[in-house]
Amino acid sequence: MTELTASPQGAATTAPDLTLDAHFPDAVQKDTRPGYSGYLVNADKLVEVATAIRDEMGYDYLSSVTGVDYMNDGKMEVVYHAYRTSGGPALALKVQTPRDNAVVPSLVSVYPGADFQEREAWDLLGIRFAGHPYLKRILMWEGFAGHPLRKDWREPYYEEDHKPFDTRWPGGDFHRSEENNPFGTNVQYPPDFSVDGWVPEAEDAIYAGAGALKESGNGHELKTDKLVVNLGPQHPSTHGVFRMVVSLNGETIDHLEPVMGYLHRNHEKIGERNTYLQNMPYTDRLDYICSMSNNHGYALAVEQLQKAKVPERAEYIRVLMVELTRICNHMWAIGFLLNDLGAFFTPALYAIKERELILDLFEATAGSRMMCNYMRFGGVYRDLPEKFKDGDTIDFLRELVNERLPRAIDDLDTYLTNNEIIRSRCIGVGVLPPDKAIAYSTAGPVLRASGVPYDVRRADPYSIYNRFDFDVAVRYNGDVYDRYLIRLDEMRQSVRICQQVVRDLPTIGGDIMSGKLQYQVRVPASEAYGRVENPKGELGYYVVSNGKANPWRYHIRAPSFINLTVLGELCKGHKVADVVGILGSIDIVLGETDR
Amino acid sequence: MSATDELLNPDFPVPDELQSNIAITTIDKIYNWSRRSSMWPMMFGLACCAIEMICTAASRYDLSRFGMEVMRPSPRQSDLMIVSGTVTKKMVPQIVRLYNQMPEPKYVLSMGACATGGGPFKEGYNVVSGVDKYVPVDVYVPGCPPTPQALLFGLIAVQKKIDQQSILTVPWYQRGPSEAIPVPILGPDIIDPRQSDVIRVQAAKLATAATAVAELSGAAEA
Repeated sequence: MTELTASPQGAATTAPDLTLDAHFPDAVQKDTRPGYSGYLVNADKLVEVATAIRDEMGYDYLSSVTGVDYMNDGKMEVVYHAYRTSGGPALALKVQTPRDNAVVPSLVSVYPGADFQEREAWDLLGIRFAGHPYLKRILMWEGFAGHPLRKDWREPYYEEDHKPFDTRWPGGDFHRSEENNPFGTNVQYPPDFSVDGWVPEAEDAIYAGAGALKESGNGHELKTDKLVVNLGPQHPSTHGVFRMVVSLNGETIDHLEPVMGYLHRNHEKIGERNTYLQNMPYTDRLDYICSMSNNHGYALAVEQLQKAKVPERAEYIRVLMVELTRICNHMWAIGFLLNDLGAFFTPALYAIKERELILDLFEATAGSRMMCNYMRFGGVYRDLPEKFKDGDTIDFLRELVNERLPRAIDDLDTYLTNNEIIRSRCIGVGVLPPDKAIAYSTAGPVLRASGVPYDVRRADPYSIYNRFDFDVAVRYNGDVYDRYLIRLDEMRQSVRICQQVVRDLPTIGGDIMSGKLQYQVRVPASEAYGRVENPKGELGYYVVSNGKANPWRYHIRAPSFINLTVLGELCKGHKVADVVGILGSIDIVLGETDR
Repeated sequence: MSATDELLNPDFPVPDELQSNIAITTIDKIYNWSRRSSMWPMMFGLACCAIEMICTAASRYDLSRFGMEVMRPSPRQSDLMIVSGTVTKKMVPQIVRLYNQMPEPKYVLSMGACATGGGPFKEGYNVVSGVDKYVPVDVYVPGCPPTPQALLFGLIAVQKKIDQQSILTVPWYQRGPSEAIPVPILGPDIIDPRQSDVIRVQAAKLATAATAVAELSGAAEA
C-alpha cells in the first residue's frame, strides 16, 4: 500500500468562521442540501449582500458566475463564487429564481467582472439579469432560437439525454445523426419559421452597441468623424477567431467591443451528455496549449465529488507536467506577443523550439503531443517512460530543468527585455491598476502584473504545491511590459518547482492510480468547484452531480474569457496599433474563451 | 524517371546543337510545376489545429521546404485555405466569404477531425459537421489534431493533385465567370441559401405536425 496524500481540497469550501446567515437573517440561509455548501440568498437582497461581503468581509474577488437549471424543481439557480484576494477558500452564494421567468439582479455594479459571465448565463440559460447595462447574447448570435443549456432544450442531433447512447452501446447499431434530422444537417428551426421572411441581425446592431456612430466630431474645434474599425474574426493577431469592433476618434480608441463566440463549440452541453470520464479529452481542447493543466482542474473537481485520494507519485508527476505546461504556454505567449508587436515570427521560433522538446516528452508519456488526455480521477493514466531520446528519462528531465530551460528563459530575457522597440511599445501601455484588476475578476499573470500577488497555488493550495519552495511572481505597473516580464518570472518559478520535483521523483515509487481504472465513474449527488492556477489564470470547474453517470451541470470558469471583460477599459485612449499588443499581453486562447 | 530527366530527354527529337539547352514539356506540366511549388496558404487559424499548423511552419518541420512558407493574411493573395479547426455556425459565413474572396485557382485543405466532419464536437448545436457542407474540399487530413507530419503529408497530397490537373479541364478556365458560393445567413439556426427549398418543405411538415399535436391535445382536454 502506498502512502496517500490528503484530498486536494476539503469538502467544505466555505470559511468556517463566517456566518453570513447571522448577518442577514431575513435574506440568507445556509445551503443545507446534502453535498452542497454556501448560502442561499434571496434575489431581492442579492446586491445588498454582495456589497456587504465585498466591503465588510473582504470577499473582493468574484471568481465565477454561472447558472444551473434545476428543471425538476422548476427553478434556476445562479451560483457565485467569491474569494478574498488575501487567500482562503470560496464563499459560494446561490440565488434561486423561477424557471419560467428567471430574473436575478445584476451584480455588474458591485463586481464589474460579472459582466460577460452574466451575458453568458443569459445567452445559454435564459436567466435575465435586471440592471445589466448591455444584456445581449455573447456566444451565440442575436436571433438564435432558444437557450441551449436549458435541460429541456434539444440540439438538432439530439439522440438521448445521456451517453453512452443505447443505439451505440451495447447494441452497436449505429447510424449517422444526419439520418434522424429532417433537414439532413445539423440544423433545426422553430415550427412557424419562414425562411423567406427572415431578416438577420444587421451588423449595424453590433456597431451601435459598440457606442460608435452616436456622434461625430466635438462640435467646436477641428471637425473629426468617428470611424468604426472591425478587427477579426479572421485576423492574424487576434490569436484565433476573436473579433473586436473599435470606434476611433482619429487614431485614438473611444470604445472597444469584443465580439466572441466564433469558436463556441458547446463544450458544456456536450459535457452534460457525456459521462464523467468522457469529458477528460474534451478538457484538452479548452485551452489547447495547456491540455495537461486543464486535465488537472477537472480531475480535482471530480475527485472532490468522489472524495478520492491521489497517490504520491501521481501528484508529483501531475505537478511536473503542469509546470512544464506553464513554461510551454508562457514561451508561446511571449513569442506571439512579439509577433503582435511586429517582430514577426523570429522570437516565436525560439519559443517554439523549447516547446517542441517538452511536447516530445508529453508524446512519449501520454501518447499525444497536444491533446494529452493524461490525468484520471485518482491519478494519472501512465507512468513516465523509462527511456526517452536514447537515454533515461530522468537524466533528460534533469538536463531539461537544470540546464536547458533556465538557459532558454535567460536567452529570451537577454534578447528581448531591454530591446528599445519593445520598451517603447510596451511600457505605460494598457495600464491596469490593481483595484480595477480585482474588480474585473482578471486572473493569472494579468492580475499579478498589476501588483496583486494572488496565485491559487498559494492562496488556496491544491495538489501538493504547499510542499514546494517557490515565490508568487508579482509586478507592480500593470502595463504590457510588466505582463511580459511576469511571464518570464513565472517560468523561472516553474523551473524551480520542476527542479524540486525532478530531485525527489526517483525516490518516490508506488502506484500512479488509486483504486482500479473505472470506465463509469459514479459520484454522489453533490456539487464541487475545483480550481487550479492555469497558465492563463484561475481555471475553475463547477460540477453538479445528481448521482447519475453524467454530470447534471458542468461549467467552466475560463480565465481567457473573463480576462477579456477588462479589454475595452484597457484599450480606451490608446492608439489603434496598441490594441493587438494589449490583447497579446492578456494572452487568450479562443478554445477556452468561447468553449 | 525524375522530372528533370524527363525535361532533358523528351520524346520529341531535339537537334544535337540544342541538347541540354532547351527543354520540351507540356504547358500543363510547366504550369502545374510552378503552381505547386509556390502554394501560399492563407494565414487563417480556427482552433487547436491552427497551433499544429504554426508548428508545421516553424523551424522544426519547416514548411518552407515545400515553397509554402509565405502565409498571406489576405485571401486575395492566397492559393490554399487550410481549414484548421472546428467550423462553427457563427463562423461559417466568414469562411464562405473568405473562400469566395480567394482568386482562382484555389484549393481547400480540411485539417483535422472537426473541419472534416465535426469531430468530437459534431453533436454541438453551434458546430457545422464538416466544412465540406459549404465549400468544396480537396484534401482531408485526419487527426485530432493531425501532427505536423500528417499536415505535411496532406500538403504534399495537394501538390500531387495539382500535378494531375490540366488547364483544359480545370473549372476555372471554363467559359463565363465561376459562381460564388452563397453566404450562409444567421437565422434561428444557420441557413444555407442553397437549402432554402428543403427548409421550406420540412418546416411546413413540422408545422403541420405541431398543429396536429396541438389539436389532438386540445381535443383530449375538451
